[in-house]
Amino acid sequence: MIRNTITKSALLATGLMLSVQSLAEPSAEALGYTCAGCHGTNGASTGNAIPSLAGLSEGYLIGAMNAYRDDERSSTIMGRIAKGYTEEQIESMASFFAAQPVHSNIHQKYDATKARAGAKLHDKYCSSCHTAGGTDPEDDAGLLSGNSKLFMKYTLADFHDGSRDMPKRMKKKMKKMLKKDPDALGKLVNYYGSGK
Amino acid sequence: MSKQNRRSFIKTVGLGAAAATAATYTPFAIGGATKKVVVIGGGMGGSVAAKYIRMMDKSVEVTLIEANKDYYTCFASNEVLSGERSLDSIKFGYGGLRGHGITVVHDKVTDIDARARKVVTAGGQSFAYDRCIVSPGVDFKYDLIEGYDANVANTSVPHAWKAGPQTQMLRDQLKDMRNGGTVAICPPPNPFRCPPGPYERASQIAHYLKAHKPKSKIIILDPKPKFSKMGLFTGGWKRHYGYKTDNSMIEWHGTPKGSDDNVLTSIDVKTKTATTGFNEVKADVLNVIPAQKAGKIAFTAGLTNESGWCPVRGDTFESTIHKNIHVIGDSAIQSPLPKSGYAANSEGKVCAAAVVALLNGESAPDPTYVNTCYSVIAPGDGISVAMVYGFKDGKIIKIKGSGGLTPGKFDAKLREREQYYGYSWFKNITHDTFG
Repeated sequence: MIRNTITKSALLATGLMLSVQSLAEPSAEALGYTCAGCHGTNGASTGNAIPSLAGLSEGYLIGAMNAYRDDERSSTIMGRIAKGYTEEQIESMASFFAAQPVHSNIHQKYDATKARAGAKLHDKYCSSCHTAGGTDPEDDAGLLSGNSKLFMKYTLADFHDGSRDMPKRMKKKMKKMLKKDPDALGKLVNYYGSGK
Repeated sequence: MSKQNRRSFIKTVGLGAAAATAATYTPFAIGGATKKVVVIGGGMGGSVAAKYIRMMDKSVEVTLIEANKDYYTCFASNEVLSGERSLDSIKFGYGGLRGHGITVVHDKVTDIDARARKVVTAGGQSFAYDRCIVSPGVDFKYDLIEGYDANVANTSVPHAWKAGPQTQMLRDQLKDMRNGGTVAICPPPNPFRCPPGPYERASQIAHYLKAHKPKSKIIILDPKPKFSKMGLFTGGWKRHYGYKTDNSMIEWHGTPKGSDDNVLTSIDVKTKTATTGFNEVKADVLNVIPAQKAGKIAFTAGLTNESGWCPVRGDTFESTIHKNIHVIGDSAIQSPLPKSGYAANSEGKVCAAAVVALLNGESAPDPTYVNTCYSVIAPGDGISVAMVYGFKDGKIIKIKGSGGLTPGKFDAKLREREQYYGYSWFKNITHDTFG
């Protein structure tokens, strides 16, 4: 946020001397619009596999894109796409999606019994970092409840089998949770897919 | 920066610039007269351009003229052929666009008067515009293939390269075919709409035949020496359809550079026989996808050059032949962007932003483009190609280091994800366009 304000003031100070043409970069909006074909208009996904970006925090989005670009996070296609953008462009598109309202994808099929059990598991093991069911952008920890169900399934599977690194605390909690309930991940996925 | 902040910022700066160069701008930028945009063609490019103009600037009056009441997506139509999805699942109406305040007119455009800035239709209507966006898709060069024309395509040898009734006809022909029959697919020469499409089509048809008519064969007579996602497709054909074995369900016959081996020269409609420079194949189901050119209205309006496609500026998609007319999608010369639905989506948004800026007396903003395209070789085996593009020294360029294909080494977990990401892609791009 601080960085953006500085950029804005600097541009405003020199803006009157420049024509619009001298803006060397596509706008945040233009960058964000190119993602919509896969991630939904303004980042609100209507599919059940590709995640929503709308309303995620700038910090989370920048971290995710950098991790994809530097091959620090496994992916199918995002590693190939993230390499097409500069640091500034990633910050710019993150600001675009952060300004959108959080999108809850509520039209997915889910198992209501598992979802209820998942909600309890979430409260017990996940909620200290992923606040409000994982719907509060301020926690900088992504969107959980209301995000695309298959994406949540894939992400949890990647954390579980080590394809993606977990924070120490998360690792400890997941181990504890799975020891008590081997089907915990499936229940969480149904809860997140329910969007409740 | 939030959307609003950024927009008002551009406007403030834009005013300063406008004062210096006001003479070059049209009068409506200053006064209160309505800004009018007419979009011709309600496919992937035209529809998204119309919608995004309204999203960016509600004061612009947008009219979309499209002959058909419904649009069937070309992408995913191969899954209708295999029975994996219904024709209805790829059908979209124009109610969503009307909801954005776009006037949708179902009529056929017969001419564009570039000087009078007016579009006329077969129904006798006339529409004035400040800027016109033309997105007519492709038309076919039937005359290169003896025995083939639009009527034959509509009645017995479908190209099914514009989805709809011909997709259903091809599906029905496959269902009616005997076990042990031959399906011949004749892909077009470059450049054409959806480069991986013919090969995904062969994959999907093979998927259907493997389950229902396993003694059957697919023969691809290709006028090209290679094709899009070639290694990934042939790898998948080996995995699923016995490719390169004695029992291969798919045979691909290419054409070396400079040769005419598998360049289709004629078809016999009665016997469903395809004749190329070197081969003759008698098929039970014949699918001919002819060479392509810009949509008809692009020729009528004088927007094409000797290549049969429309030259445009890469940052605004304004025609380099006629001012105030923009051409997007498959009809435009937009290389290195491919002729794909996603590229048309990206071009539609770049064009919409340019049109809105120009109508408001501002310069066109810096463009950015993406292409992402999925194909499904068999259930659980999805593949993709992607690229990020920028604009430099007056040209669209690929951003170095970005993009590329799904890795060739088969990874079941990732291929299954690509299939489902492909299905989400379908949902989101169609909603982004028509919703």
